[in-house]
Amino acid sequence: MPATGRLTQRKLAPWLFLAPGLIMFMVYVIIPIFQSMWISFYDWDGLGEARWIGTANYVELVDDDAFYTALKNNVIWLVLYMLAVPAGLLIAIFLNQTITGMRLYKSLFFFPFVISQVVVGLMFSWFYAPNFGLFYSLIEWLTGSGVAILADDRYVTYGIIAAGLWPQIAYVMILYLTGLNNVAPDQVEAARLDGAKGWRMLWYVILPQLRPATFIAVVVTLLGALRSFDLVSIMTAGGPFGSSRVLSYYMFEQALSEYGYRMGYGAAIAVVLFAIMMIFISGFIWKMWRDETER
Amino acid sequence: MFPRPISQLSAPSQMLYKIAVPVALLLWLLPLLGVAMTSVRPASDLAQGNYFGLPSALAFENYATVFRNTPMLQYMLNSFYVTIPTVIGALALSCMTGFALAVYKFPSNLIVFFLFVAGNFVPFQILMVPVRDLTLSLGMYNTWYGLALFHIAFQTGFCTLFMRNFIKALPVELIEAARVEGVSEWRIFWFIVIPLMRPAIAALSVLVFTFIWNDFFWATVLTTSAATQPVTAGLSSLNGQWIAQWHLVSAGSILAALPPVLMFFLMQRHFIAGLTLGAVK
Repeated sequence: MPATGRLTQRKLAPWLFLAPGLIMFMVYVIIPIFQSMWISFYDWDGLGEARWIGTANYVELVDDDAFYTALKNNVIWLVLYMLAVPAGLLIAIFLNQTITGMRLYKSLFFFPFVISQVVVGLMFSWFYAPNFGLFYSLIEWLTGSGVAILADDRYVTYGIIAAGLWPQIAYVMILYLTGLNNVAPDQVEAARLDGAKGWRMLWYVILPQLRPATFIAVVVTLLGALRSFDLVSIMTAGGPFGSSRVLSYYMFEQALSEYGYRMGYGAAIAVVLFAIMMIFISGFIWKMWRDETER
Repeated sequence: MFPRPISQLSAPSQMLYKIAVPVALLLWLLPLLGVAMTSVRPASDLAQGNYFGLPSALAFENYATVFRNTPMLQYMLNSFYVTIPTVIGALALSCMTGFALAVYKFPSNLIVFFLFVAGNFVPFQILMVPVRDLTLSLGMYNTWYGLALFHIAFQTGFCTLFMRNFIKALPVELIEAARVEGVSEWRIFWFIVIPLMRPAIAALSVLVFTFIWNDFFWATVLTTSAATQPVTAGLSSLNGQWIAQWHLVSAGSILAALPPVLMFFLMQRHFIAGLTLGAVK
């Protein structure tokens, strides 16, 4: 009898261990995803009665210029944010040496990632500030007239992305520094004996060994680009005239800001953002799944 | 080692490198240094147009002004109220979920695991309306615990991924041997696995602390008043009031950045170990 008792214990145990975490995660993360999809078919101000309107929110989205501006900005974010990967690799290679104080230098280079994006946003707002910002003065000195980056709809998104790249590059750098630390020295030496150096060495010998770091760097950078909310909110609040909005910010604005509480419409925007993200999520879940089941 | 160690290069090149690194660092941290300097610049300097030169005096009273005239202290306390329970809660839950997923073989194991992994990647906006609604209906809107509860749940996803992989790398024989001895599952978890998880627990504590301290989105969605807002949301609303008073904005920014920075410097090894998990095979 004790043997069967122990067997049932081992059948039951995983679910008992899982229960608290899984219930919390279901209630706060998994179920809300479906609730949001449901809400996107309603007209709802968050307080009164919700009214079923079918796909009307999505129909409205298709004709909403502000939605396309946000979508376009999201694409710009995605593309330019990817610069963090090569830039982070470059800095990591630059810093992968042993001189006195290198540990401290590396952690100081990593600094921007530790700071809240709210603070990063404020720092760059100061950097760009018209008339006295360091960047403004620099441009003025170079070209004769300054550019108020955050007030100019041509440059504003790029200005915010530059601010976002700062911590993101730091993050990618630390991933690559760890990766470089673990590159097999014998392979590097062997390649060196064969006369490989510089770019060829990097491309054929080093990068293949850095693949796990590159994978994570790409994943976190993609996520970072699509999650961009804090910087837009702090630096411009979507302005000027909504030109720096991204989907995440536009959703928030529609659902919760002073412009009104359009929960249903906001949810519809969120569903679109989720759908875009899902393309990437399923991509790397598929890769992870393959790795797990192969083992 | 790649690139070639500079110790193999000529003396002038080595010298050049030793100069290049601090110079690059200085340029890299320019926005931070600028704000740090502005935070101790007297308001009179700004009025006279002294934006970049050395401050005419070290005006630590900017910090005093921030504490005296704004609820900064309250904001920072609120951040601790949210952050510390979240770290404890998320770690407690994920030690258990990670253990369950790493040690037991059951049919839906991988599905549950990938549910945590995938949920962890979703955009916050798709959770916003339902979570805000749930928090309202629980009567926890605009409280630190309403915010902390959500954070615990969400961070459990990331922490489960981390913990599960960490426990999977532990020697299985240890658990098997205990089972043969007839040790109960709970005691295996508590007395054998938990002590071995110390490095993972340390790494995740610093990471989650930083993530939650720096969270802005949920702070704006779930809290509204100075009595409950964490420092990120507080700083954002102060920024609206302090139009162009950059010496105060800077001082506030530095204050908000300080706790995670200290945490990072004190626990650097753990922090980086956590962040780079999976970056090497």
